[in-house]
Amino acid sequence: MIERSEGTSKHSTDLIEVRSGAYHDSVTLMRAGRRLAERPGVTGALTAMATALNLELLAEMGFTPPPGAGPDDLLVAIRADDAAALEAARAAVDELLAPSAEARPFGAPAPARTIGSAARRIDATLALVSVPGPYAFTEAMDALDAGLNVMVFSDNVPVEHELVLKETAARRGLLVMGPDCGTAVVGGAGLGFANAVRPGKVGLVAASGTGSQQVMSLLDEAGAGVSHALGVGGRDLSAEVSGRSTLQALRALDADPATELIIMVSKPPAPEVGDLVRSATRRLSTPVLFALLGEGLDDLTTAVEKALGTLGMPVPSWPSWPACRPVRPCGRTEPGLLRGLFAGGTLCEEAAIIAGTIPHTMTDFGDDRYTRGRAHPMIDPTLRLERLAAETTGGACAVVLMDVVLGYGAEPDPAASLAPVIEQAEVPVVVSLCGTAGDPQDRDRQAQALAAAGAAVFASNAAAARHAVSLAEGS
Amino acid sequence: MHSPSSRDPVRGSATDGGGPGNTGLGGLLTRDIGVVTAGTSVLADALAEQAVPVETVDWRPPAGSPDDLAVVMGDRRRTAADAEAVRRMLNARPHLVDVRPAREVLGIERGTFLHAGPPLAWDRASGPMRGALIGAALFEGLAGTPEEAERVLRTAPLDSCHHHRTVGPMAGVVSPSMWMFVVEDAEGGGTAFCSLNEGLGKVLRYGAYGPEVIERLRWMAGTLGPALRDAVRARGPVDLRAIMAQALHMGDELHNRNRAATSLFVRELAGDLADAGAADALRFTSGNDHFFLNLAMAAGKVSADAARDVPGSSLVVAMARNGTEFGIQVSGTGDRWFTGPAGVPDGLYLGAYGPADANPDIGDSTITETTGVGGFAMAAAPAIVRFIGGEVPDALAATQRMYEITLAEHPAFQVPILDFRGTPVGIDVTKVVRTGILPVVNTGIAGRVAGTGQVGAGLVSPPAEVFTQALHALAEGATITP
Repeated sequence: MIERSEGTSKHSTDLIEVRSGAYHDSVTLMRAGRRLAERPGVTGALTAMATALNLELLAEMGFTPPPGAGPDDLLVAIRADDAAALEAARAAVDELLAPSAEARPFGAPAPARTIGSAARRIDATLALVSVPGPYAFTEAMDALDAGLNVMVFSDNVPVEHELVLKETAARRGLLVMGPDCGTAVVGGAGLGFANAVRPGKVGLVAASGTGSQQVMSLLDEAGAGVSHALGVGGRDLSAEVSGRSTLQALRALDADPATELIIMVSKPPAPEVGDLVRSATRRLSTPVLFALLGEGLDDLTTAVEKALGTLGMPVPSWPSWPACRPVRPCGRTEPGLLRGLFAGGTLCEEAAIIAGTIPHTMTDFGDDRYTRGRAHPMIDPTLRLERLAAETTGGACAVVLMDVVLGYGAEPDPAASLAPVIEQAEVPVVVSLCGTAGDPQDRDRQAQALAAAGAAVFASNAAAARHAVSLAEGS
Repeated sequence: MHSPSSRDPVRGSATDGGGPGNTGLGGLLTRDIGVVTAGTSVLADALAEQAVPVETVDWRPPAGSPDDLAVVMGDRRRTAADAEAVRRMLNARPHLVDVRPAREVLGIERGTFLHAGPPLAWDRASGPMRGALIGAALFEGLAGTPEEAERVLRTAPLDSCHHHRTVGPMAGVVSPSMWMFVVEDAEGGGTAFCSLNEGLGKVLRYGAYGPEVIERLRWMAGTLGPALRDAVRARGPVDLRAIMAQALHMGDELHNRNRAATSLFVRELAGDLADAGAADALRFTSGNDHFFLNLAMAAGKVSADAARDVPGSSLVVAMARNGTEFGIQVSGTGDRWFTGPAGVPDGLYLGAYGPADANPDIGDSTITETTGVGGFAMAAAPAIVRFIGGEVPDALAATQRMYEITLAEHPAFQVPILDFRGTPVGIDVTKVVRTGILPVVNTGIAGRVAGTGQVGAGLVSPPAEVFTQALHALAEGATITP
């Protein structure tokens, strides 16, 4: 029932309605009142239940409170400049107070904003942190607080942060992989830059990302497969960090029934840390082989071959794909310059060791100097492609050696962008192709495309480096 | 929505003790892998490509200093301290045990006034705060006119309610002759106090001090207080936590809507009030939808105080506004206040009032949000969701957002529409700074001119700097040893 009075107050265009039995909550009514007041030509509006307080308010606004209205009645009071505005506003009241026509579906919660919050939404065992270095500690610590192991992909993390993270993880029986850990394989899942490897008997503990990728790819090729590949971060075997994650990763793999052999992939550790790790490995029931990269030590391929021997498995002939368009360095008596253009730091270092005394320059495009403000060359090849073009057309070098690292996280089809540059090359190009048949990029297809463009392609980085050296020597 | 730990009241499961001998790594090598990612999306995509279950964090760089964050996150005491502090907050069992005059329970002298929020001097007080103080001075008989009252108040001792285990809504002014709810924590043994709610309209807490306001205060001190005291003493302690838990199932969020809780509370005392012939008191309490607010606040205060002074904890134990500043206190930093300018609420206005009439944020009622109700329980109160922008999903989102900045889920306070999930409780300074998500606060809006009263109601956010200040103080006191 609606009682209406118009123009009864001292203002000529007032309207007061009393709607008995029409209940709306005060917020709906306040909102409706605000909307009415915002309308053109409306100078005042009140939509409220006719409580004593609201009747008083109505009087203060200059309206004449309707007699007999009570708390169960709805008051609608509108003041407008003219009758048209008043009528339009009155019509709008019904719309404003009508129940919303369609109920919107309840939305799913917004994405989690912290690692801890996300950890409550999934049955997780691991956090993968790749936020900028200064913030990595906070997220990694949050992961440890949530009971998760952490892989810290981020670089530029201060060593003090690394120490606190690794100590905290050790107290809680968790593992910190990193900082600056690019590669891990856990239970068949590749984390960061990792290759699709068949499950197998060999566990890796790696302080080096591409070193780990080389070893796991060769193990896959040989049929041995990989149980898990745990990264520890490049600084883990320094005197300061003292192998904290390495020791933990070794113990975890020792306890893992699937792992029959452990390979440690690293640069040579600080001497006292090396002793510490070696004495720890003697207490394990699983044999541990060291694939340490350094002068006079086994290269990674040889280390894998020794591991196969330990497992009683035959060593395959590592795949290679000869260049379909051989480019011969012009006859020379002195060795020419070997130019290395690498995306993987460890592969670059191994090649430099193999190049030995012959003239060479090796550039690691994954180094911080080249990744500032741009993605890693495994994701964004632009910078390295430019250099490759320059070096192979009118450059000073006799041969170019480069790596192409496949796997999860890497660019989807590296050969597609490399092939046109290689086709134009005036000097031989040797490619170390690190990957597996199961990788999303398909190693063999990549190899064929690169070889067709004129590159000599090797699955073993050491073999690629030796081939490049032989070309540079003109032999 | 999958939330495996939603039934664990206190989150953050990891504590020391796995030990170096434990090679299990939380089942890393034996369980099916699930990964939480924060940062570069290409890494999360690579996992999704392998059909690995991934939960991606919507990570954004925090506004606060990364160094302060790292220091506090690295504090050896933090996880255990936070767990202990929030455990105490959740375990509190607030009971209304008595109703007594402030002079008796607080020991404050005639001429002394307590107020809401962090400490405040008269010369910085806002309109409604001054109005309420003037009203209290008139009520105490310290002055005959508002002008005289102002002269008295310039030199009168003022102190924060929070320094006296007390909270007060809006201006929160307490003077010796006002009657107080006495709320005890049956678990932790603490006590907290709050004044009696005056109702809506022209009331002291909104800064009104007209004759009807003073007259009502006199009636409350002379009739209502003693009647409630007698009824509570006759009935015995009233379990406030039980009432609050039920009210959340009945559409209250216990800050801007207390209708259900008030009804439940009146039901508890109705018989004893009737026995005593206190019909006026019964009529007054049952006719005031906000009567329970002051009890919810005292319950919040006694719970929050139980969580105080845990060294190393970044749990917020008080959020309060004095009409000029918004302040917080943190468990690990003692009684220190971290303050910033109080914002003007974004809300809906009564009658012809508008934002220009609004005073900056005021009141201790944010103790409700501090303890996991109020804005944090917005999803439980669909009837008033239009305060936060108009739609029920927004209310759900407000409560869900608060899980991002809290340490626990309340074991007793549940939100039916979220499948009876416990309300988000225990604001963590580090989480606020990390996410930039500020606590959502439901509030009434006072008129900025002394004597006006309430002009609206709505939502307000604390100033972000109070959390970065608190983080810095926690960093200064942190214990870091690798």
